[in-house]
Amino acid sequence: MSTFLGMPSLPVYGTGNLFASESFPTAAHRELGNAQLRANLGHATHTIRDKRLKMVAELPDWEQLRDAGSAIKESVMARLPELLEQFEENFTARGGVIHWARDADEANAIVAGLVRDTGETEVVKVKSMATQEIGLNEYLEEQGITAFETDLAELIVQLDHDKPSHILVPAIHKNRTEIRDIFLREMPGADPQLTDDPAVLAMAARAHLRRKFLSAKVAVSGANFALADSGTLAVVESEGNGRMCLTLPETLITVMGVEKLLPTWQDLEVFMQLLPRSSTGERMNPYTSLWTGVTEGDGPQNMHLVLLDNGRSAALADEMGRSALHCIRCSACMNVCPVYERTGGHAYGSTYPGPIGAILSPLMTGIQAEENNSLPYASSLCGACYDACPVKINIPDILVHLRSVDVDSKRGKKKLPSQMDAGMKAASWALSSGKRLGLIEKGLPLGRLVAGPDQKITKLPGIAAGWTQSRDIPAPPQESFRSWWAKEHRKPDTSSAPEPSHEKKDQP
Amino acid sequence: MSAREEILGRIRTALKDNPEAPQIPRQYRQTSPLDESALIELLVDRLVDYKAQVSVVDAAGVPARIAELLAGAHSYVVPTGIDAGWLTGLDQGSGDSRRRLDSTAAPLSVAELDGIDAVVTGSAVAVAETGTIILDGSPNQGRRAISLVPDHHICVVKAADIAGILPEALRRIDGTRPLTMISGPSATSDIELERVEGVHGPRKLDVIIAR
Repeated sequence: MSTFLGMPSLPVYGTGNLFASESFPTAAHRELGNAQLRANLGHATHTIRDKRLKMVAELPDWEQLRDAGSAIKESVMARLPELLEQFEENFTARGGVIHWARDADEANAIVAGLVRDTGETEVVKVKSMATQEIGLNEYLEEQGITAFETDLAELIVQLDHDKPSHILVPAIHKNRTEIRDIFLREMPGADPQLTDDPAVLAMAARAHLRRKFLSAKVAVSGANFALADSGTLAVVESEGNGRMCLTLPETLITVMGVEKLLPTWQDLEVFMQLLPRSSTGERMNPYTSLWTGVTEGDGPQNMHLVLLDNGRSAALADEMGRSALHCIRCSACMNVCPVYERTGGHAYGSTYPGPIGAILSPLMTGIQAEENNSLPYASSLCGACYDACPVKINIPDILVHLRSVDVDSKRGKKKLPSQMDAGMKAASWALSSGKRLGLIEKGLPLGRLVAGPDQKITKLPGIAAGWTQSRDIPAPPQESFRSWWAKEHRKPDTSSAPEPSHEKKDQP
Repeated sequence: MSAREEILGRIRTALKDNPEAPQIPRQYRQTSPLDESALIELLVDRLVDYKAQVSVVDAAGVPARIAELLAGAHSYVVPTGIDAGWLTGLDQGSGDSRRRLDSTAAPLSVAELDGIDAVVTGSAVAVAETGTIILDGSPNQGRRAISLVPDHHICVVKAADIAGILPEALRRIDGTRPLTMISGPSATSDIELERVEGVHGPRKLDVIIAR
């Protein structure tokens, strides 16, 4: 990003719920101690993984759809200013009003102002990552406006005064019994005989929200897609709470990141095949609503859209990282991630957890913000996320890139070199010449000495101790491959060479 | 500087390297090879999989089937533009007293809709492969609210309106109309990712496919 130094607009980073307030290893360590959480997550992520694989396998052209999806998003990023202007023109021509928000605070203030203009003090909400990111509910509450989450999982999280831990199933960390208990405790008028059958719990949510839907005057939503060539917005959902919010109130306020655009109507055929199968593992989600501005006599007559930057332009400025903005929030990457599966979403701090969050959050906030520089390391780089991503975001590559950004950002800032710096220097010296490496390897038997009779090293010194915290290192072999090879392939002299002694080699 | 100018300025600066917009490879399927009876069979399979109730009848059989499905309803709403022939099975003499009409010109209130048991609509197009029915607010489908608030949705799909795959279906409709894509009754997977049918939208979806 150094090329932008001295330019009139440096990357301007996002604010709101995008930060890890403690480092990932610390948070993960705590979350891993929760056995119930691990059981809930393991069950849920495996269920959804299997469903996704089955649904993806049904389509003979899945890879072609991914190729198209990836290229469409790449093209959107390259043409973003032009597409935003085109979208604005079309949306406005159809009776909608566009507002631009530089960051979370500005977006919150715009929404609160729009609600206040209606004279209402309550809004119903469709599940939306953008409003989660800007902390809209909390802001509205400070302004005396109550926001009711209507998606079942969001409702569970809101009733429990908890934070979402997954972008698609925010209450994935709770099991049915925990949810029943939350309903009994927090839902006014909940039937004391409530069981933990998911169908019964869903009916309780229906009864609880029905009156709200039917009387709501203002709704707040996000959007999954926005079509530049027509000014159309789309919301993809399952329960019908989205349709309720998008259809019945008089005023609809949508908050959407600037990267959500698609150029044309035709592009929707690609994404509406990619998204449902990747997210809930369904051929198609139960309901998708599309609206283009105001339709007289049908649906809200006051239509507002808040276009949100909040660090997206900063992510876009990172040439290696900008494809993170291709994300369509399907959550397939977290469902396949071995790290997410064990730590859960709260360990990532940000609204965006899992592999995509580990790149998106630091890209939007800058690597040095709070503890976000710990996020790119929250991965084994196994690549399962890349394989699952419907728009082929190369998450492992971007993770590695952000690790280097992190290291570079610290360079020269410390007076004394750290253990890591010293270690890397030593490694660089040793690995740059075969002779040096050979010399060092002569010291291997020393390691055997340290390993002792059980031939295991259980504690390494200094920062290397992290490695042995949860595993042992086997004792090194008696000699290095290099010296074995040299011995075995010596020019034949007089006597017959001894048979290579494989069986004597130590197992790793 | 306005927020608009500033954000567009930031984005232009971010794109200083002038990335190229790639050609979009559209090698995915554009059409489906299935004939009408295969399309009907596939659509039925997918709708049933999502717990919709489906019946396949000849066009002439639609009124009788609708009458049958509405037998237990105390009231039902239809859009004013509904195919008049579909309701003949319900009309005895002066018409059905249970029927309420809705249009953009004379809309029922949300409270009125909440007191109505069922709704009968047509549909714009269906997608066999995904079990999806698309409503576009045409006069025979009506306002979005009428197919949302009543708890039982009876939806008639004409065989000629069934497309094989999504790209074919989307080509047949105008994207700027108020659209609702419906794939089965409302559902949630929010509790342990176990699918439960019937949440806020109509809990019962009856699809009548008219050959």
